[in-house]
This record gives sequence, structure tokens and C-alpha cells, in this order.
Amino acid sequence: MIPGKNPPSNWSEFIEGLWQRNPIFVMVLGMCPTMAVTTSALNSISMGLATTFVLAASCWMVSLLRHFVPKEVRIATYIVIIATFVTVVDYAIQAISLSLYDALGAYIKLIVANCLVLGRAEAHAARNKPMAALYNATGMGLGFTLGLFMIGGVREILGAGKLFGLSLFGPHYQPWVVMVLPPGGFFVMAGWLMLFAVVRARKARGNTPATLAEGAQNA
Amino acid sequence: MSEQELAPPLSTATSSKAMIGALGLAATICGLIIVTAYEGTLDAVARNKKIATERAVFKVIPGAKTIREFVATTGGIQPAGPSEAENGVKFYAAYDQGGALKGVAAEGSAKGYADEVRVLYAYDPKRQVITGIGVVSMHETPGIGDKILTDPDFQKNFEALDVHLTDDMKTVANAIKVVKHGTKQHPWEIDAISGSTVTSKAVGKGIRDSTEKLLPLLLPKIDKLSEGKPT
Amino acid sequence: MHDSVGQILITTILSGNFVLAMFLGMCPFLGVTHSVKVAFPLGLATTFVILMASLCAYLLNLVLIPLHMEFLQLICYITVIAAAVQLVEMFAKKQSPELFRALGIYLPLITTNCAVLGVALFQTARNYSFVQSLTFALGGGVGFTLALVLLASVRERVRFSKVPNAMMGTALTLMLAGVLSLSFMGFAGLGGGE
Repeated sequence: MIPGKNPPSNWSEFIEGLWQRNPIFVMVLGMCPTMAVTTSALNSISMGLATTFVLAASCWMVSLLRHFVPKEVRIATYIVIIATFVTVVDYAIQAISLSLYDALGAYIKLIVANCLVLGRAEAHAARNKPMAALYNATGMGLGFTLGLFMIGGVREILGAGKLFGLSLFGPHYQPWVVMVLPPGGFFVMAGWLMLFAVVRARKARGNTPATLAEGAQNA
Repeated sequence: MSEQELAPPLSTATSSKAMIGALGLAATICGLIIVTAYEGTLDAVARNKKIATERAVFKVIPGAKTIREFVATTGGIQPAGPSEAENGVKFYAAYDQGGALKGVAAEGSAKGYADEVRVLYAYDPKRQVITGIGVVSMHETPGIGDKILTDPDFQKNFEALDVHLTDDMKTVANAIKVVKHGTKQHPWEIDAISGSTVTSKAVGKGIRDSTEKLLPLLLPKIDKLSEGKPT
Repeated sequence: MHDSVGQILITTILSGNFVLAMFLGMCPFLGVTHSVKVAFPLGLATTFVILMASLCAYLLNLVLIPLHMEFLQLICYITVIAAAVQLVEMFAKKQSPELFRALGIYLPLITTNCAVLGVALFQTARNYSFVQSLTFALGGGVGFTLALVLLASVRERVRFSKVPNAMMGTALTLMLAGVLSLSFMGFAGLGGGE
């Protein structure tokens, strides 16, 4: 903590993970499900919400137990806790919709290996109060969901001409099938990253002294 | 060398007891959570599976009103129960409104382009043909492999797919074969969808493997299915 | 499932490559492939852990399934994997300290490598026999190492190319990975069997 700086409020804890430190586009964590499951907007959001639940519940529990767990066994304990909530979410999805469960497949159980969850537990939940951990984890989870949706939405629109199963371009649309295949995941995410890089570069150029002076002259 | 006892170093590491205690506590809490979740969702999951199965079987055997699940083993046909017979083949018997046997449905699966392709096929024991298929699950390429769901010509293959057994009822007389689109000559061949050979072959292989295992066990004892009214 | 050993090997290394087709093991794939010298040993270490995980998963299931305790599968798998990684770490530290330092944080991160857990999960879902499971694990590890080394070799050469600013960094790696994945799609159907 920086001396003199107030501890982050719950709201700022929540907001941090949504965009500024978006797990997918900024921290590049949790890539396995990102590539695999984002073949449609619905799958993306479902996976994102499942991960958010695991993230929030695990971080909350890790934070609750943080004073009782000796540091040598902390990783093992975190993993056990995370695996527990993943198992819970696995059964919950089966109970909610078998077709969704089939679509997401083994990647639900793979949430346990999602670097994002273990990473947050170790980096944040272990050092903060339960409520702060919960807000931060939820924010990160929703940011993850947002990132998944951005990739999945584009892949579904280009690769199947639909969004959420609703046809956008009519029956004669020739789908860009590669977008819903594995390479498509790589390409779409690269596309977003390039877009962000271009926007950032434009913004940086707009703030250089030369252009600022120019702007002042033209004002 | 000093004869004094070296003072024991200050212990900063946690004792083994504390570590095991912490892990044990975490494991116990987590175990409780898991078991609660499992038991809590067991009914809902079983219900979902039953609904999905019924929907699939009704779709593939139109006119069916009730379904009963059986297992066919070398020892005969038994109703499916909680303990699965080791080498039994599961199948569903569908009955119409009056309780007469309408058809039999079973699952076949094989690896397709992406992952497993699971199909439910309907079998007519009187004519010894397959009368229709429904895809239970697949992850094939959208627009290419998933044509097995929509292509009407492909579906026509399964309106009377010949799977009759040899006279001794030991094997299927002609193994199901997937042939190039447009070259189907025999009633036991399947015309592949042009452009999705891999997925079409998976469907054929799945049905072939399943029928080769199930039909020799099922057909000799087929009358057992018609006995007794279904509950 | 009734895949033969040969089919499993071909599928896991080529047409169903863990990294390029099934998206398992993405973190090291994107993070450690800046040089072949580091990527290759990491691939080998991961292959070893995958083999151990596969073996232990098979043995665990011999106990869990008859007891109808499948809900404990996930928690047991991941615990076993964590233990296996600890073993590998201790071994690496003793045998080759420079390698240990070069691999750095990525060695313990094998625990959260989706490929390792994925192998255990997939072999369970597909009901593989003992031989099938080990083949699957071996093929998976080899395929993983292959993908890592391929991408690392490309990235090493790309370092000397002129790349548009917007594409530098992760975006470029992803594009390269996408092209690699696209090329591996050419192996589709190989090992599918008739």
C-alpha cells in the first residue's frame, strides 16, 4: 500500500477487473477456455459466468481462511478450494441445461486450471478482506466474461452469421467457417488486440506536445 | 570442533501439524460442499437426462408413447437397473398407446472431425432395418459437418438401412458401409454427404459398431420385449 | 471408445493436437515460446507430468468409480498433478539448476496447465483402457512439445523482421499461432479410421 493513499474502495476493486486490467486483453490470463469455448456468444457468456462464480466463491473462501493457512501449503489449499467450486458449478450446469453442458464440454472442469482463478487467489484474495476479495473477484470475472463475449460474438457473427442463435444476415449468408474453428479464435483475439493497439497509438499521438500546440493554434 | 551443543536455529517454518491441520480443515469443508452440491443436483440432473433421452427416442420412433430401458447381455435381456452389466449393451424399447412394441432405439458413437459424434438410431425388429437416426451430440464443423442434422438426402439413407442378421443370428449379414456421395447401390450402404466425408463416416461407424454388438444379442430374445405391459 | 494405439497417437500429435486444435496449454504456449532453448525442455517436463497425471488418474478411477464417488475426481486429479509438479521441480533443481532458473515461474505453472488436467479429464470421459490412456498421454505431450517448439522457432526468426507497431507483442504471437493451427487442420481425418 502506498502511504497516504486510501485503501481501494469496494467499487474501485470491482471496476479494476472490468476494463483497466481486463483478464483477457490486458493480463492475457485464462486463455484455454477463451479460445475453445468462444464459438458462440451464448457459450462465451455462460462460460464467463461459470468462471465468475468460481472466481468469486473461491476468492471469498480463500480470503476467509487466509490467516489459518500456513504459507507452505497455501497453493495446495487454494487449488483444493477452487476445485471444489468448479465441481459445484459443473453439477449446477448439468442440472440447469444438459445441452449447454454438452456445448461447454470438458472446459467447465478445466476452469480449475484457469490461471486467472489461482492467480487472483494468490495475488489478491490472500492479502485482502473477504468483501474486498469478493468485489475484486466478481469484477475480474465479469471483465473475463466481457472479453469472452467480445471474441465469441465476433466469431459467431462472422462464422455463422448469427448472434445468440438469431440469424443476422439471412439464409444466403456464406459463413466464414474458419472463424468458428480453432484458428479463428486466435485470429479474432489478435484482431481485437491490434484494434486496441491502434486506438492507443492514436490517443498517444493526439497528446504529444506538437499536436497539442497545433490544436491550441487552431482553436 | 566445539563441544558445545549448537543452539537449535530459530524455527520460522510452520510445524507439520499446522500444515496438515490446515489442509485437513480445508479438505473437510470442501468435501462437505461438494457432497451437498452433488446430492442437491442429483435429482435435477437425472430428470434432465431422462427428458433428453425421451425426446430423442420419440423423435426417432414417431408414434411411441412410452419408453423402457433395457440391457442386452450374452445371458439375455434385462431391464436396465442401477448396477450396469459388464458387457451389456443398453437400448430403449418404445411402445405405442396400446402397449405394443413400436421399435427399438440405441446409441452408436464414433470419432468424427472434432470429437465424438453420438447418434440414436431406430431399429425395426420385424423388418430388420434401421428406420431413422437422430444426432444426440456432436461438435462437428458448423456448415459442413453439421449437415448430418439437416441434409434431407443424408437422412433418406436411414429410412430403411438394411441390418438383417445371418440365419444363425450371430452377425449382421452385410456390414454398413459409407460410400462416396451418389454411389449408393445396396440397402446397407450410406451415401456420404459430399464435403463432409469424415463426419458421415463417423455416423456410419457408430451405427455399425453398435448394431454389430447389439443385434445378435437382441433379436433372438426380441419377444421378451413384448411381454407384459410397460409401467 | 475403441481407438487403436496408432490412431490415438496420430490424432493427439497431429489432427487433434492439444494446443492447436483443443486449445489446451495456452499459457505456456503464448508465454514461453520466445526461444526454442526454453520451450523444448518445458515441453519435455510437461510431457512427463502429463504421463504421471494420466497414470494416476487411471489408478484413481479404479477406486473412485466402483465406490460411485466420481464427484471427487476433479479434486483428486488436481491434487495429484500438484504433487507430480513438486516432484519435477525438486528433480530439476537438483539435476540442472541452470535449467531450473531458465524455466523460472513456468515450472510450477505446469500445475495449472490445462493440457495436464485435460488429459486426465478426456481419458476419463472417453473411457480409455490403461494402454490407451498412456498412449493418449504420450501423444498429447509430444504434440504439445511439437506445437511449442514450432511456434518458438517461428517467433525467434520473426524477431528480425519488420512488424507493424500495432501487431507487436501478443497480437503477433496469436496470429502466428492461428496460422500454425490452420496448417494443422490439414491433418484432419488422419487417424479417424474407417
